Amino acid sequence: MEPRAVKQPTPSSARPRRSQRPAPEPKAQRSTGAIAARTGLGDRWRAWLGHHREMAGESLRRFFATPLASGMTALVIAIALALPAALQLGLVNFQRAVAGWDGQPQISVFLHRDAREAAVESFAEELRADADIAEVTYISPEEALAEFQQSSGLGDAMTGLDNNPLPAVLLVRPRDTAEERLEALAERLRDSAMTDAVVLDMAWVQRLAQLTELGRRLSAGLAALLALGVLLVVVNTIRLHIENRREEILVVKLVGATDAFVRRPFLYSGLCYGFFGGLLAWLLVAAGVALLSGPVAGLSSSYGSGYALRGPGPSYLLALTAGAALLGLIGAWLAVARHIKAIEPR
Amino acid sequence: MITFDSVNKRYESGQDALVRISLEIGRGELVFLTGHSGAGKSTLLKLLTAIERPTRGSILVAGQNLNRLRNGQIPYYRRNLGIVFQNHQLLFDRSVYDNVALPLSVSGCSKREVGRRVRAALDKVGLLHKERQNPIVLSGGEQQRVGIARAVVNKPAVLVADEPTGNLDPQLSAEIMQLFSDFNAVGVTVMVASHDLELIARMKRRVLTLQAGQLIYDGTPSREAAYS
Repeated sequence: MEPRAVKQPTPSSARPRRSQRPAPEPKAQRSTGAIAARTGLGDRWRAWLGHHREMAGESLRRFFATPLASGMTALVIAIALALPAALQLGLVNFQRAVAGWDGQPQISVFLHRDAREAAVESFAEELRADADIAEVTYISPEEALAEFQQSSGLGDAMTGLDNNPLPAVLLVRPRDTAEERLEALAERLRDSAMTDAVVLDMAWVQRLAQLTELGRRLSAGLAALLALGVLLVVVNTIRLHIENRREEILVVKLVGATDAFVRRPFLYSGLCYGFFGGLLAWLLVAAGVALLSGPVAGLSSSYGSGYALRGPGPSYLLALTAGAALLGLIGAWLAVARHIKAIEPR
Repeated sequence: MITFDSVNKRYESGQDALVRISLEIGRGELVFLTGHSGAGKSTLLKLLTAIERPTRGSILVAGQNLNRLRNGQIPYYRRNLGIVFQNHQLLFDRSVYDNVALPLSVSGCSKREVGRRVRAALDKVGLLHKERQNPIVLSGGEQQRVGIARAVVNKPAVLVADEPTGNLDPQLSAEIMQLFSDFNAVGVTVMVASHDLELIARMKRRVLTLQAGQLIYDGTPSREAAYS
């Protein structure tokens, strides 16, 4: 008990406490300045969060304070990102449009023009019973004509004809799509007395697959190249920002700012550029799709398909803004890593 | 509070800026640093503020050896230091208040605390009524006082000033020096580099004089010595 009594506040131990009181007048003993400057952990965490919020807000304000300059940078980023995004979207649409053909070769059997309806029906039944054939669709000359008139726009010209020039067609979907089996089946169909011509669109299917692959690689390569371009644009823009605020960086470093503190506003600026660039890119692609959807709809209906162009959905919005924001952040990081170290008080 | 132990500083150009400087400044002292330009005043202050590192010898500030300070620790060291510049180094894109608040926001002070301390510092230099103004509209003397408020807002144990009266007339210079005296009176260790010998003599404080990088005088001069 006795030693405790010694710890009673003496004038000397009361002194540091005094400087921590909520409202010490400046006249308070200052020799404990170093201690008084220290703040609690919770306060620090709140201040850190507060600084992040402040910097995020400030970078937004700075972005909109010079709308022309910021807008141009964002637009450059947007154009660079819209290109591969549009290509990717085009690819998706293309694949969707040809989805029915994908890996499902079809054999078109054109029948002799003078074959009678009943004979054709029984030939179709015969083929349906074939173990090698999965499905047979019969298109009569009348149906073929009606479809052609509707979709080709040549309806008036057709009505002038005396008789239907189109043959009956059997669309045969084979069960086995291995190449030699297909060839064998096509050969067998060609041998039939009813058959005029047989078209196996195998090569087309392969070409399509290769074309799609080509497009995919092209868009990936372009995306990588243009992402690099975006990175360089952000690096350069942030470098200019740093140069413009050189004075301020020197002062805050002299009053004890850490590198992280100095970096923060620039990182948020990079994030800002990226985000708005991505948003603009999405708008560009969406506008492009809106512009093209009319002609595409007309074109597809002329081919007898109800295909409509798919626009860049929310997944594109998310991918573009998040991806671009990330690129902006990385670009800003590269810029500050190089340039903020170089700005030291001399 | 501040100890230099045979400190040498040689710049990469081969120029010896400081040669075997040893000195001791006690807690709560006010010291003037004089000498012609190029004598090593700025170098000494740069070593003290960890802008430069000594080539040889060691520097202790508040028990902390600056030689052992890693680059990442320098910001934290500077937070316990108040620095006043000749050209005051104020930022003209923000108000007087925000300029003074800078060291506090850097060290992560709560908003409430910032407001309280900034107003206390501005009150001390007599500029509380100008907190909302942009420093660019203030006079030279006022700008320097804002610079001093910013240096003391963190309640540093050590206050360092580099030619704080360099661009001011005698009347304003005397006021600024009086401010340093006031801070010193409440326990802050103050080091002021100045070549205003007349003013220094009037203050009757300890003076360190550098010449060609060497400490040639350390003492309290009489008024007559300053004029001779």
